[in-house]
Amino acid sequence: MGIETIESKDIDAEAVLGSAVERREDPALITGEAEYTDDIQRPNMTHMAVVRSQYGHATIEGIDTSAAEELDGVLAVYTGEDVDVPGMIPTGWQLPSLKNPDRPMLATDRVRHVGEAVAVVVAEDRYTAKDGVDLVDVDYDRQDATVDQSDALDDDAPRVHEEFDDNVAFDFELGDEDATNDAFENAAHTAEVDLENQRVIPNAMEPRAALAEYKPSSGDLELDLTTQNPHLHRLLLPGVIDVPEHKIHVRAPEVGGGFGSKSPLYPDEALASWCSMQVERPVKWTATRSETYQTDAQARAHQTTGEIAMDEDGTITAVRVNTIANIGAYLSIFAAAIPTVLYAPLLSGQYEIPSIYCNVVGSFTNTVPVDLYRGAGRPEALFVVERLIDLGAREVGMDPAEFRRHNFIGSDDFPYETPVAVTYDSGDYEPALDKALDLLDYDDLRERQEELRDEGRYLGVGFSSYIEACGLAPSKIAGSLGAQAGLWENGLVRMHPGGKVTAFCGTSGHGQGHKTTYAQIVADELGVPYDDVEIVESDTDEVPEGRGTYGSRSAAVGGSALSTSAGKVVEKARKIAAHQLEADEADIDFSGGEFSVSGAPDRSMTIQEVTQQAYLAQDLPEGMEPGLEETAFYDPENFVFPFGTHAAVVEVDPESGEIEFENYVAVDDVGPQINPKIVEGQIHGGVAQGVGQALYEVAEYDDNGSLVTGSMQDYTVPKAEHVPHMETDHTETPSPHNPLGVKGVGEAGTIAAPQAVVNAVVDALEPFGVDHIDMPLTNESVWQAVNDSAVADGGTTDEASRDDDADAGGAN
Amino acid sequence: MAEHDIELSVNGTAHELSVDSRTLLVHALRDELGYTGTNVGCESSTCGACTIHLDGEAVKSCTLLAVQADGREVTTVEGLAEDGTYAPIQEGFQKEHGLQCGFCTPGMMLAANDLLARNPDPSEEEIREAIEGNLCRCTGYQNIVNAVEYAADHMDQEVAADGGSDRVEGE
Ligand code: FES
Ligand code: FES
Repeated sequence: MGIETIESKDIDAEAVLGSAVERREDPALITGEAEYTDDIQRPNMTHMAVVRSQYGHATIEGIDTSAAEELDGVLAVYTGEDVDVPGMIPTGWQLPSLKNPDRPMLATDRVRHVGEAVAVVVAEDRYTAKDGVDLVDVDYDRQDATVDQSDALDDDAPRVHEEFDDNVAFDFELGDEDATNDAFENAAHTAEVDLENQRVIPNAMEPRAALAEYKPSSGDLELDLTTQNPHLHRLLLPGVIDVPEHKIHVRAPEVGGGFGSKSPLYPDEALASWCSMQVERPVKWTATRSETYQTDAQARAHQTTGEIAMDEDGTITAVRVNTIANIGAYLSIFAAAIPTVLYAPLLSGQYEIPSIYCNVVGSFTNTVPVDLYRGAGRPEALFVVERLIDLGAREVGMDPAEFRRHNFIGSDDFPYETPVAVTYDSGDYEPALDKALDLLDYDDLRERQEELRDEGRYLGVGFSSYIEACGLAPSKIAGSLGAQAGLWENGLVRMHPGGKVTAFCGTSGHGQGHKTTYAQIVADELGVPYDDVEIVESDTDEVPEGRGTYGSRSAAVGGSALSTSAGKVVEKARKIAAHQLEADEADIDFSGGEFSVSGAPDRSMTIQEVTQQAYLAQDLPEGMEPGLEETAFYDPENFVFPFGTHAAVVEVDPESGEIEFENYVAVDDVGPQINPKIVEGQIHGGVAQGVGQALYEVAEYDDNGSLVTGSMQDYTVPKAEHVPHMETDHTETPSPHNPLGVKGVGEAGTIAAPQAVVNAVVDALEPFGVDHIDMPLTNESVWQAVNDSAVADGGTTDEASRDDDADAGGAN
Repeated sequence: MAEHDIELSVNGTAHELSVDSRTLLVHALRDELGYTGTNVGCESSTCGACTIHLDGEAVKSCTLLAVQADGREVTTVEGLAEDGTYAPIQEGFQKEHGLQCGFCTPGMMLAANDLLARNPDPSEEEIREAIEGNLCRCTGYQNIVNAVEYAADHMDQEVAADGGSDRVEGE
């Protein structure tokens, strides 16, 4: 299946919203003209390189910078002692009982994770800066580290922050514990799983970079950044480096992917800015790939026990979840929100579950801090839910698809209030499941599975009927949950006197194609040609306010801000048209970019003509200001809840543990699609990352806190051959919560895919009694699971007696 | 550090420059000559973002020294379009939505062109294999495969699809 793109000149004005128009971002990107942060040079530019801890935990006994300082071409070397500003990186989310340790821009007396910044070198070129780093001599006294989040909670675990009694960052609970316990006591069936949602590394292809230029004459700080939210940096930096907000200009040029990891403010961006203030020259810093491994926020890292209770006929009565979440050494910006308020409220999935209880303990460890990564909290939740659903189905002896259908929230039950503090906006879950079953040719597939099993081949199908909460906003809700900033979005639509349009939005795309989809929204609202609309993002001087792009908030919140401001433009224009056409405002119709008098269609003005009048300003309604531009701060009333069913079909070789994809289908409901081609691309990319987590990716530390998977050679970023061919389809259930009805698509694939794959592999290995394998499902872990189950079963299943060829099977 | 005077022909334009012994080709191209279309993702020959053509063959410019390219022909993404007309591979990426953030795209297109010069009608499997040294974190690769297929279909026997090198099948 493929969606054909169309050229912008071929879009029908009526159908601009919903057309697969080609991306206007592409010409610059495919010719090399596009400008990423590291492409930018400034006159007199210098380079910064960072001295980083190679230890997970150590005290700093002394730092000798003299050799580096003497090196030709080195301008300055700074350590924490030199920092004369607050220099502490803030977190953006509070929880009751949260411990919030200081996170210095440069460590002074102790380092708490590998890669923590200890000193910086500023030099004339990037090679010399790195030479300087090699010459800085840090005297460390290595301390015992704590790496595993459960071990970190032991009484005698080394403490990450000496000022606290233990390594507990927070203890969070949600749901009705008593009711849930009762439901488990009275259940006819229960199932349980211990699972790990392993730590992964986002690995955006472009490493993080910053180019800071402080101008002493004016006190202005110009900052080009690889970021997903320039305004957030402008908001937070003043407290770190002591430059007032209105003097900071942050711009994100092209950004080569982010997936959440370019949301936080890190020490590095603050350091580049501060260094520029010290040397009074532009300072560029670009991470090497090894630095991105040691400094980009990592993600997931949950250990969980999940339980599901059901009555006689397979109706779910309760879910109970206990999770220990690894926070890393410090609280990164969203760290407190992800395993709590972005996780526990999703534990109802697509199902009607009367009682749910969840407890999450966050623990500090000597590892790289954890923060947003595509899905953030929601993949972890849906992994638990959808593993439990499969285990529940198996327990009651129902087909997993039917078990899902049996327990789905009914299409008439929306808005639906879950027992875990959220109200789903809209949903209709069965059609998506049905489409997935059709694409799979499900009945036939199950028959084939039986036949193949008789031949000693193991096919498995795994479902994932996911839900996600998108459109990270409602300032009031977010605030009540701990957000330290309002999460509205800002849109500004400016009609130019000549009739063309520039629209500004406070989100900040980094590969999603906002300039295309936003132009579709604005062109539709104003009834002007698509090519007449220009979109501006990612620049705090051009766009007055904003909150950035993460949590699939851009279409639902940013798009709605634009559509609201465009709507305000139309309303002002309507008044002008009424005045000029000498009609009552209530009698003015607006359609296709034209204002006309009801019942007298020949008395009309185009919006371009009205715009001209607005700027001519010689004949405007009494008291009206000239010009035609409007701003909206859009703050929705609730999240939006996209959903869908994904399914993977795999064949597993129990002898070698090898997994091969036969099929992957994705049916998503993200509300109305602004641009179906872009939606499809987002699904593909998300699924690839979800499959990556299921089969390949894991960040591993040794007991000392050294990152074992610290390079692309040790950490598998999926290649073209690792990712299955995907078939996509959709259903469309608009959200009643925003003017566009859109829901959000950026994270869907990543939220859906891991459990589809794991469920498929476990389904394939059902004859061996395998009921769970932790990700990533390496050949070895799959083989081991088969082998362990065979042993646990006493080798009763013929195919399962593999002791004889254990050695052969182990080699992979 | 010893300085070397070298000559590079980039996209048909001759450049003379002087580099350190240790200067990587990718940094010479980007920082010295301003061909910033070539990207650096890993500096370790793993991600493929820095893929260029050297004398018509795809290579990773992050693990080659600039001096190793002395006197040779380099093609970068800036050299793909001719007279403002996109090469088939560029058209393919645009039409098939083969890119999102675009960071891997220049390297991906140059790797694909190398394949197409050797095998003008590759299967999906051959394409996936050929771009195995090029990582993309955004697209899930499916539309990249489609983009390469599109280019194969629109090459019109253009042997010089690798952007002007004189590499000929079978040579
Ligand atoms: S930068 Fe050269 S292969 Fe990654
Ligand atoms: S398009 Fe972003 S890495 Fe490929």
